[in-house]
Formats: sequence, C-alpha cells, structure tokens
Amino acid sequence: MAANTVAPAGAGWLRSFGAWIDERFPMTKLWNEHLAEYYAPKNFNTWYYYGSLALLVLVLQIGTGIWLTMSYKPSAAEAFGSVEYIMRDVEWGWLLRYLHSTGGSAFFIVVYLHMFRAMLYGSYRKPRELLWIIGVLIYLALMAEAFFGYLLPWGNMSYWGAQVIVSLFGTFPLVGDALVEWIRGDYFISDITLNRFFALHVAALPLVLVFLVVVHILALHEVGSNNPDGIEIKKNKGPDGHPLDGIPFHPYYTVKDLFGVGVFLLLFAAVVFFAPDLGGLFLEAANFEPANPLLTPPHIAPVWYFTPFYAMLRAVPAFAGTQVWGVLVMFAAIALLFFLPWLDRAPVKSIRYRGPIYKVALMLFALAFIMLGYCGLMPAVQPFKTLSVVGTIYYFAFFLLMPWYTRIDSHKPEPGRVRS
Amino acid sequence: MSEQVDRGRRQLLTAATSLTGAVGVGFAAVPFLASWQPSARARALGAPVEIDISKLEPGAMLKVEWRGKPVWVVRRTPAMLEALEAGIERLADPGSEQSRQPDYAKNPARAVNPEYLVVLGVCTHLGCAPTSRFERGDAELGADWPGGFYCPCHGSKFDLAGRVWRGVPAPTNLEVPPYAFAGTDRILIGADGERAV
Amino acid sequence: MKPVKILLAGLVLAWCTATFAAGAGYPLEPAGSDVRQTASLQRGARNFVNYCLGCHSLQYVRYSRVAQDLGLTEQELRENLMFTGTRVHEPMLSAMPAAAALGWFGNAPPDLSLIVRSRGLDYVFTYLKSFYADPTRPSGVNNAVLPNTVMPHVLASLQGVPAARWEATTDAAGQQHQHLAGLEPATGGTLTVEEFDGFVRDTVNFLDYAAEPAKAKRQALGIWVTLFLVIFTVLAWLLKREYWRDVH
Repeated sequence: MAANTVAPAGAGWLRSFGAWIDERFPMTKLWNEHLAEYYAPKNFNTWYYYGSLALLVLVLQIGTGIWLTMSYKPSAAEAFGSVEYIMRDVEWGWLLRYLHSTGGSAFFIVVYLHMFRAMLYGSYRKPRELLWIIGVLIYLALMAEAFFGYLLPWGNMSYWGAQVIVSLFGTFPLVGDALVEWIRGDYFISDITLNRFFALHVAALPLVLVFLVVVHILALHEVGSNNPDGIEIKKNKGPDGHPLDGIPFHPYYTVKDLFGVGVFLLLFAAVVFFAPDLGGLFLEAANFEPANPLLTPPHIAPVWYFTPFYAMLRAVPAFAGTQVWGVLVMFAAIALLFFLPWLDRAPVKSIRYRGPIYKVALMLFALAFIMLGYCGLMPAVQPFKTLSVVGTIYYFAFFLLMPWYTRIDSHKPEPGRVRS
Repeated sequence: MSEQVDRGRRQLLTAATSLTGAVGVGFAAVPFLASWQPSARARALGAPVEIDISKLEPGAMLKVEWRGKPVWVVRRTPAMLEALEAGIERLADPGSEQSRQPDYAKNPARAVNPEYLVVLGVCTHLGCAPTSRFERGDAELGADWPGGFYCPCHGSKFDLAGRVWRGVPAPTNLEVPPYAFAGTDRILIGADGERAV
Repeated sequence: MKPVKILLAGLVLAWCTATFAAGAGYPLEPAGSDVRQTASLQRGARNFVNYCLGCHSLQYVRYSRVAQDLGLTEQELRENLMFTGTRVHEPMLSAMPAAAALGWFGNAPPDLSLIVRSRGLDYVFTYLKSFYADPTRPSGVNNAVLPNTVMPHVLASLQGVPAARWEATTDAAGQQHQHLAGLEPATGGTLTVEEFDGFVRDTVNFLDYAAEPAKAKRQALGIWVTLFLVIFTVLAWLLKREYWRDVH
C-alpha cells in the first residue's frame, strides 16, 4: 500500500509546499508514524472507542474552559455571581458552561471505561506497563483537576466539598494542621484558597494533563496497541514488514472513531440540552446557593466520580485516636493501580482466554466499584455503611489476592492470529 | 486486501461526511464567537444616559460619561450661535460632509435644537480630551479666537459646534453621539429618537 | 458480550436511582408548570411583582430580559411589572432594606433567583400551598414543608388559611406523638382551590424561568442539535462501513 501523505497528489504547488515544510519540520513523518502507517490490530471492538473520546473531551474542556475564564472572576466576593453572569448575561454563556460541566463528568465516564477496557484485555501487561502507569498518572491529574475546578463556582457544595477534602490532610499525625493551613493559605477556605485553586485548575494542571496525554500516546505508538485477543500482532508480519493483522490507523480507525464521536456527541448533547443537572449528579442542587461558611448543606457528597473513594474513606473507622486510616485506605486504593501490571500473573492477557476465577473476580470488581460509588452518594446510614465496608474489602482483595488467584486460575490457549 | 473498491462511493461519502462535519464545526464555533459580543451587563451599562438640562445655564457646559466616553452638552447663548456663522471660512468641513454625526445633527449648528450642542469630548486627531475655551480672545489663543474647543495635545481647534479648523492636525469635526430630547428639560444620550441604540 | 451489557445496565441503574431524596417528610406535589408557556410566565411575573418582590429580590434577573423573553413591550413592562422606579436594565431588586428585614423577621428574605434550582420546583410549589394556622407562631402560621418558617402567609387573602389535620401515633414506648397528616382545604380566600393552584403554578413557573432564563431556548435548540448529530452519525457509519470493506 502506498503511503498516504499530507499533501495528496493533485495540486503541484501544494505538494511542493508540503516538501518545503518537510525539509524543515517532520510533518509527513509524524503523520505517517502516528496515523497513516501506525498499524493497529484490526479486531478492535466497542471498548476501543474511549481513548479517542477521552482526547475529544480533553479538547472540549480546554476550549470551553478558556472561554469560561474570559468571564469568570476568581474571588470569593464575585465568583458565584460571575457564574450566574455567564449563565444569563454572556451571549451563549449558558451553553459554554453546560458543555464544561457536562464535559467534566463525561471525562470520567470515558476514562473509567477506558481503564476497564485495559483490565478486560490485559492492556497493562508487558510490554505496556509504563503505558498503564502513565495512564494512572493521567487519572490522578484528572482527579486533581476536577477537585480544584469544583471549588470555582463557589456554591455551598463547592465550599463544603473542598472543606471536607482539604480536612482529610489534617488527619495526618503531627503535620496535619500545618498542612491544611498551608493548602488553604488561610484559617478557612477563603478567597486566597479559591484564587490558588483557580490558578491550578486553569494553568498548572491542564499543562500537566496535556503533557501526560502526549507521553501516553507516544508510549502507545512505541509498543503498539493491544487488542481484544491480547496477542501481539507484531509477531506475524507480512512480506512488506507490516503486521498481517494490522491495518493503518488512518483511514480505518479515523473513520471508525468518527462514528464513535457521533454516537458520543448524541448522548453528550442529550445531557447538555435536556438534563444538564442529570438529577443532581452532574450539577448538585446545593451548589445553586452561594458558599456559606456558617451553613453546611444537609447532605454533603462529592461529585459522583469521587464517590467510590469517598465510600472507602467512610467505611474505615477511627482507630487509635485518629481517622487517618480512612485517608490512607483511600490513597492506597488509588496507589494499588500502579502495581497492577505486576500483580497479574496469568499466562494470558485477554479475558477471552482467562479462566472463570478472573472472569468472576473482574465482574464483581466492576459491580463493587459501582456499588461503592452509589454508597458514597448516599448518607452514611444502613445498609450503605455495611455495603461500603464489603465493597472496600472486595476492592483490596481483588488487587492484593490477584497474584494468587490469577496463577491458580485455568486458561484457554491463545490463538496464533487475532479473531475478527 | 480489496477486490473491488467503489472509489466513487468512497469519495462521495468522504465528501458528505467532511462537509457535514465542517458545518457542525461551523455551528459549534458560533457560541464561542458570539460570546465575545457585549454581554447583557455591558449593554445595560451602555444603555442611554438620561441627563437633566433644566439647570444648565446659558454658556455653561455639562459633562457626562456614556459608554466610557465623555459627552459634552453646551447650552449656547445667542452670541455663541452668531459666532458660528461668522467664522465659516476658517473651517475644514463646515458642512460636516466628512464627519461623523447622526443625520439630525448634520446642519451648521450640528444639533437637533441649536441651543444645545451635544458632542463627544474626544479629539478626532489622536483621542485627547480637548479643553473648552468659550471666551472670545482667549489669553493663550490670541485676540482673534472666537470661542470654541482647543486640544492641548497637538493644538487642534474646533468652533462652538465642534467643527474643526483648517490647518490643524485633527481631520474631522468632533463626533456627535446619537441623542434625543425627552420633553424639554431632559436629553437621552445614546437614544436615537424613540429607539435606544 | 453479555457481561458488558450487565455492567452498562448497572451503570444506568445507578444513575437513575442516585437522585437525592429531598429530605424529611411532607410529600411534595408536582408543580406541573412549563417554562414554554409564555402566558403562564407573564401571569407568574405579575404575581411575583405583586406578592413577592416586596421582600424577595431576583438579583440576577434584569427587567429588560424578562420583557424580552416573555414577549412584553417596554410600555407593558413599565405598566405591569415595574413599580419601584428603576431603569429597565436593572435587576429586580426588592425595595426592602436587608437590615430592616433582619429586624422584622430575624432573617433576611433570601434572594429567589435560583431558589427553584437549589430547592426544586415541586418544593417551592408545595411550600407556597402549605401554610396552615398555628397560633403558637409569631406570624400566626406555620408551614408543613418548612416547619417554623419565619415567612408569613402572604397569599392568605387569596387562599385563606388552611387548618392542619393532626394524627396521633403511639411509639414503642407507649408515648403519644402528634403527627401532621395533611391540610384541610382552605376557606375564606378570594380564589377557589383550583384558581389558587393555578396562581401558585404560574408563580413557580416564573421562578423556574428566573432560575434559568435559557431553559426553553436550550430545550428547543437541543432538538435541532440532536437531528444534526443523527445525520452526521449515519454518514460517519456509512463511511466507516465503506472503508472497512477492505478489511473484512
């Protein structure tokens, strides 16, 4: 197959302009390496849409975020009013804001599905350990980005959510109080806290995120994409040196992802235009009241994407006079993700060829994660307290017992070539 | 790989999808571009300014701010209005052909009611604020000064209808903003007749 | 793939059921209002100005925007909605000084710009209908939705003052508890029960509009955006299928 180049045959001046650039910048080389001659397995299924969708949401968030910054005022006195100013007085401001607020939740949805895909098909296994670790770093940066951004509307839930999360650092022995004061820059969540969270949300973390995403893609294109069969397509190359089961990303996966983008945008637009609050999940009712340091909302819950970890935090009781254990459990739950490539000892990657133990364990893991998220949204009463404890124990057991149960689990032989 | 590729169909679908996508991007760009329009707050702040002229003495001047610009209202005496006729040969654009004003102010007095001059206090040269020198034979401007506006930045001179002199840096007459009388003792700056701009 | 479907179904289920309970107690009645009904919004705006604006502001809502969205001319706006002598572009601020309100009620009447979004449409609707006579309160009334509210029953001349219906329940320890079971239909107001329901429905409809002036426009635009995206998605699917003939 002839290489597709940026400048197609036809207009001669366009081709010579392309050549002029190529002598000075590797435009055609980059295009070929990452799109036209990047060979991806031909058996991607629905789970493989979420990577490109995450990239789309990142661009959407950066675009709408820059535009919101143009009218938003990061001060305790003006922040809440400036959001209402955007919603009412700025032409189309309501749409920019809803795109951004819905985009925040959409980001986590596609990232969670993307991560679950990696767990289904063993995409974190050798040689993709670093790719997975970079991905977990993106997830961490995304959580920080979401947390800082959530304070900015300066609603009462923003305020008390930040209050609760920042207070977590106060549970650390000895340094806790000093640490909390340092994070807030004041003796309570105040104007200065809002101002620094704003700086982190609109400048620092977006830079980190974009950098990590570029590194993630470079790492992916170095090792090549995994696939639902979990076998290396590079092992079977044709006479032309290209994998027999691989197809160029462009045009085959660009057009396929374009279709994915269409379906995603349909769902996304449905939320933006018909249910931007999504029943209080995406925009919480208490956040339509301005921040009030003297009045706690009746029920504080983080936004849905944090609630699995929030449920773990609440599931751990105070012990030896400190509540730090819950905080440690919560951080450990995220830290465990980094070790996943070495916890899994199965001889095969994909769920298709794994034995029943892992299949059941992974499905239960997904259900436990959703259950934890649900419990985190609910008040700390029964049965949610017990369910949170059960979910937390299962979450840790899934990871910590993985070296054992993946080794004793049976498996089916992997095929030599991918199945279509 | 392929036995038969229907190139025509492929090109048609590529073109149709690209075109639809481009239209979609175009629509999506509208909110971003339109959000740079003056917001409802900016329009509220830029709404017509109502001023009370009942207490304005003949020969005196009122200054108000409208859309970030100084607006001058001068109540001209009969002597001031006569001086407008006298000095016509000194002016660069006596008929206000090259200058900016609403049609109802395109007359020698540059006003709806000749008694009241309404102009922007912004020199048409480089945007300085001219000073009001209504006295004839002003000490600084010489014995033949008929009264008018003088810009201290580069020496542009304007008569009492804001019309610019020949041979000064300013190219055109002072701009007249849209305005309308509301009754006899109120002026709405920024309103064109009944309609707010 | 079956497990995937189960997982997605679980996600959807979690979403649908994770809406928050409105808190303790009194059952809320659906308001049944619709921000697309301009006539209802016009009546609601007039009700708000006549009965609410004395104490409550809409600090984020400009008179001129209301006129524009509700199809009123400036003349109609001035004659029907503007009694405080402000300019048309100004927000709808109450004339009552906040300090005086603190003295009278011990509590400043909240701004109502976002009350429907922070409390819910049905909450505000039911709240306005659920005042009842209670001689133990300084205002002579209490509220079933928000017990011990300091707000007086400003709509009493229209609705009358309903009486509470109490029920005694006995707990496990044999103690008797009085429990608010409901309100008797009010009498003595100038409006019938149905007319009063309509009055409150119009008023909360206006508050719903005030909480999000773009709501009707958002929903109308959403239909066009959806139609466009369907066309795009179908084309993208056809394009994908065409290219993937090479692969299969």
